[in-house]
Amino acid sequence: MGPLEITGTARLVLGLATGIAFGFILQKGQALKFHKIIDALRLKDFTIWKLMFTAIGVGMIGIYGLHDLGLAKLQIKPTILSANILGGLIFGAGFALLGFCPGTCVGAAGEGRLDGLYSGVVGLLIGAGLYSEVYPYLLPGFLKIGALGKVTLPQLLGMRAWPVATLVALFLGAAIWFLDRIDRGARKKEQAAQLAPSPLKA
Amino acid sequence: MLQWLRQREWPWWQAGVLLGLLNALTFYVSNYYLSTSTTFSRATGMILSLFAPEHVAANAYYQAHKPIVDWQFMLVIGIFIGAFLAAKLSKSFQVSLVPDLFAARFGQGTARRWGIGLLGGVLLGFGARMADGCTSGHTLSGAAQLALSGWVATAGFFIGGIAVALLIYGRRSY
Repeated sequence: MGPLEITGTARLVLGLATGIAFGFILQKGQALKFHKIIDALRLKDFTIWKLMFTAIGVGMIGIYGLHDLGLAKLQIKPTILSANILGGLIFGAGFALLGFCPGTCVGAAGEGRLDGLYSGVVGLLIGAGLYSEVYPYLLPGFLKIGALGKVTLPQLLGMRAWPVATLVALFLGAAIWFLDRIDRGARKKEQAAQLAPSPLKA
Repeated sequence: MLQWLRQREWPWWQAGVLLGLLNALTFYVSNYYLSTSTTFSRATGMILSLFAPEHVAANAYYQAHKPIVDWQFMLVIGIFIGAFLAAKLSKSFQVSLVPDLFAARFGQGTARRWGIGLLGGVLLGFGARMADGCTSGHTLSGAAQLALSGWVATAGFFIGGIAVALLIYGRRSY
């Protein structure tokens, strides 16, 4: 039991195939579009939020289900509050300036949006490289602040996994329902505005 | 089926369900998770190795994240191919240099898009490596595993992203 153990070249091919499926779904889901991402960040269009919340919810149930069947191992990244928070905020600023995240900027280039390449990928290479240079200086101090290890929400709350997963699923479901209502309302308003005679032309 | 693959877009819930299933399946098939940003560190390490191999060999970050082609590196190449195929199948592949919304705010100039986008890309790469993951590794995969790091970093991504997007573009229509 346990996850499949595929190594060598076959593993690289597997990575490529997974990536092709990943890029395909992101493209069809409109997640590679600059204006969809920016409108998601300026809270005008919640398509990407709904897509993301759905993916997290389905992924969570799938991963924990496979885990219970003994077919998957959890891969928890350690929590370092200082780095997660500051790095997260810096990432967020870059996200809004570029209009893509690392995965979507590569996907956007595949869709023909070359700014994903000449701004995005080039910037990512420089930024990631800069971090490698700074990393040795952060290691003794900054990266020890709030270092909690590989913690999960169930561990933090002292609960078992499924009750927490159920709560998170309910939260995600409610958020999706709420955001979908806002999207529908905005679309109705837009249609009404198009149907109404424009005051300028009248 | 073919018609479905040729559709210009899928509803958000279809794409979301498929993405969640793909991620869960990846845990079983590859014993790994959807993630992208370490690849940019590895790629930069490879490029630097051409000019300063000793420097790269001595760097603690490249020692922990070796400049090699691994599963995730191939995944990132796959994203490019997958997006290209999806766009081609629906005949929506179109080469563009500056996004319309960006042009409406900043003008058509490619240089301005290059500069602002590049600054964004640098922050994105630096931030992702500091946070130890991006919207794939922390948000899609970390949050789904109920990892504290995933939820904290995701909150950072979107608080930072919403603040700067509202600062730049506001809420008005373009």
